[in-house]
Amino acid sequence: MLSLLTHTGRFTLRQLSEMGRMFLFLLSAIFLAFRPPAKIRLIIHHIKTIGVDSLSVVLLSGFFTGMVMGFQGYYSLRKFNAESWLGSAAALGLLRELGPVLSAFMVTGRTGSAMAAELGTMRATEQIDALYSMAINPIKYLVSPRIIASLIAMPLLTAIFDVVGIYGAYLVGVGLLGVSSGSYFSGMESSVVFNDVYSGFMKSLSFGLIITWVCCYKGFHAPPMATGVSQATTESVVLSFVLILVWDYFLTSVML
Amino acid sequence: MPNQGRTELVVGVFVLVGIICLGYLAIRLGKLEVLGNSGYVVYADFASVAGLKVGDPVEIAGVKVGKVEAIGLNDDRARLAIRIEPQVKLQDDAIASVRARGLIGDKFVTVTPGASDKLLAAGDKIRETESPPDIADVIGKYVGGDLTSKSEKK
Repeated sequence: MLSLLTHTGRFTLRQLSEMGRMFLFLLSAIFLAFRPPAKIRLIIHHIKTIGVDSLSVVLLSGFFTGMVMGFQGYYSLRKFNAESWLGSAAALGLLRELGPVLSAFMVTGRTGSAMAAELGTMRATEQIDALYSMAINPIKYLVSPRIIASLIAMPLLTAIFDVVGIYGAYLVGVGLLGVSSGSYFSGMESSVVFNDVYSGFMKSLSFGLIITWVCCYKGFHAPPMATGVSQATTESVVLSFVLILVWDYFLTSVML
Repeated sequence: MPNQGRTELVVGVFVLVGIICLGYLAIRLGKLEVLGNSGYVVYADFASVAGLKVGDPVEIAGVKVGKVEAIGLNDDRARLAIRIEPQVKLQDDAIASVRARGLIGDKFVTVTPGASDKLLAAGDKIRETESPPDIADVIGKYVGGDLTSKSEKK
């Protein structure tokens, strides 16, 4: 009985201190991002790995998500004789939910896992310790540029996802299913308000922060061995997905 | 580093494409006005503007010429601020009315041009207004029969 209580207590304390360490990690990374010198070259390099390299998969998934929205929206709306609202249904769904969440998932899978594996390997091969010994703050050098780059790249990727998705839904709805092109776009323009675009933008910003935060933390603190790297990669991807969905719920309920 | 220049180019293209997409979403769909509001504002008082929302279109002969910018209250009557595009001139005896598209469709404001020589300037008021018929009242008259108006007709 006593040992059960001790176990519970130890588990709780470990989880709490882990959360505290993660939060302090984020705070120091953000604080160091504002300290000069700004590593412009590094930021550009990370925008390439986060944004440009994820572009193909975001384009592809955005296009197919849009086409599915076209079919699915048409199927549901036909029951109410409201096919002409397909444009507004597809645009609102993509702008508010699917665009930010799915592109964040793509970036997590494409870049977040790579980030965790890269930092984990650097930890295992003592490169992070080498940075310390050269008096370079590894958080400033490795984490802060990634966070800035993800804050720049994520909203742009989401916007590209949204636009491609809207045209994917257009292709299916107008090209295949015979919704009129005019009512597709006029329905879309009349029902989408600035707040929809804005909430999607805020979501993608926060998802970008979550992805780099979780993946860098997990990689940075990976146990220095081969299994440690694989474990860090898995944990970072799973935790990112869960946090994105939970945070999405809270943002949606606040910003609706 | 020859690779650095290429990276910068690729990132530049990516950022440009992303910003174009973001701009398209914000300006075309979100109706964000970047270059400030164009056109001029006139006011109109209505007995009721039930169902009308800020941003709803203002039309002349079915053509969109502006939008509802604000809805407020002025001495028990609803006061609309209507932003009209600069090239459209309104006479001071124009009539503004609130209409619905179809029986239960979206509300919009339609302006019937007048014949006066005097044009409305920014900040002026459209004096002649027409409120929308209340759908529930109209249906009620058909279904229940409106006794008072029948007896008046006779």
